[in-house]
Amino acid sequence: MTGDGNYKNEFGVFAEKPKVRKKIYDRNKVFAGLAIFLVLVTLPLWKNLGKAVPAPKPSLDTPAIQKLAAKEKKCVEPTAWIRVNHMQMLVDWREEVVRNGPRDYTASDGRKFGASLSNTCMDCHSNKSQFCDQCHNYVAVAPTCWGCHLDKEKKQVAKAEGK
Amino acid sequence: MGMDRRKFIKVAGLSTLLGLGGKSAFELLFPGELEAAFLTKPEALKGKRWAMVVDMKKMDEATAQKCIEACHKVHNVPNLDNPVNPKDKVSPDEKVRWEIKWIWAEHFHNAFPGMDYANMPEKVAHLPFPLLCNHCDNPPCVRVCPTQATYRRPDGLVMMDMHRCIGCRFCMAGCPFGARSFNWRDPRPFIKEVFQDYPTREPGVVEKCTFCEERLAKGQLPACVVASNGALIFGDLTDAKSKVREVLKEKFTIRRKPFLGTNPQVYYIV
Repeated sequence: MTGDGNYKNEFGVFAEKPKVRKKIYDRNKVFAGLAIFLVLVTLPLWKNLGKAVPAPKPSLDTPAIQKLAAKEKKCVEPTAWIRVNHMQMLVDWREEVVRNGPRDYTASDGRKFGASLSNTCMDCHSNKSQFCDQCHNYVAVAPTCWGCHLDKEKKQVAKAEGK
Repeated sequence: MGMDRRKFIKVAGLSTLLGLGGKSAFELLFPGELEAAFLTKPEALKGKRWAMVVDMKKMDEATAQKCIEACHKVHNVPNLDNPVNPKDKVSPDEKVRWEIKWIWAEHFHNAFPGMDYANMPEKVAHLPFPLLCNHCDNPPCVRVCPTQATYRRPDGLVMMDMHRCIGCRFCMAGCPFGARSFNWRDPRPFIKEVFQDYPTREPGVVEKCTFCEERLAKGQLPACVVASNGALIFGDLTDAKSKVREVLKEKFTIRRKPFLGTNPQVYYIV
């Protein structure tokens, strides 16, 4: 800097760029608009602030499960494993049954099950809305199983209506 | 960063050993963790080349109808004429467009186009020939499927994987027998009695006869064969003692459009 607003380097003396004052036109409107936008975007957060969404409680209360002896009241695989891996297991079952043929699944403890969503899983868990849907709704996933596969729950409802 | 050949081969050899031995070591430490076994049911019917023979001498209108009903019932095939809710009734035009059929009956000139002729025995001309997927040895539907949703099993069945079907309908264009139907709409409103052990389909997938592979796996014969009262014969072509082989040896049979080279595996005794 040379002191008169210009600056100097080894190539010579150069005039500094004229300073233009930065200005936001319609400052009030812009900031008001921004504020409204922010509030709108974060509205869901404010709305649910302090409200705890109840954790899903999948119900095991079905006639088929109640009928089982206390010792046999366990899923195909250990519950903790099933909770984490049931989707992968169902994909494996599907792949095996549809494309490779074998239809019996040997669990890690040696018990054998038919590898079938509608006929093995839903035989015990005949309460889809109280079991599957509880967690699936909570985490907002929509598995496409039920477009084709039948949940036995509807059958019970239909029977009840028929009577 | 240099590595001489000697060292490289050492490292490569060791990692190969680890790779090969790793799985068995894992199996030893945690048996069954790596993969749970899938088994075929012991009672499953096993065959290397399933085929069907239709004995038209035992076939009549009533039997054909029984076969069709038996099949469509256990596979939840919608009946457009009989909606659950009468409001869903479809017009005859729509029925032609939307109809789903796994097995159906046609007269000779439709079943065997080009093989009919004037003055043929009237009895033969008016027989209800049950038509179904021919489970060809050289299936064009499999060749054109872009997702391998339809594929040929080692035992000769041409199978559908509804999970993979994207509804492009190439297979319907490829099949010269019209054995495939597309789900233009949700079939569920047209299934009055839902068969709980078999899934329905969704709009947007193609379906066809599977030779009842789900029944074969349980050791049962196809539903139409059971209902046909002996008019349909099902068995393994590679087994010289099987019923189909015996019948084929004894009686002359014809097949649908064999000149197309798909090698259909449903034989008709006329």
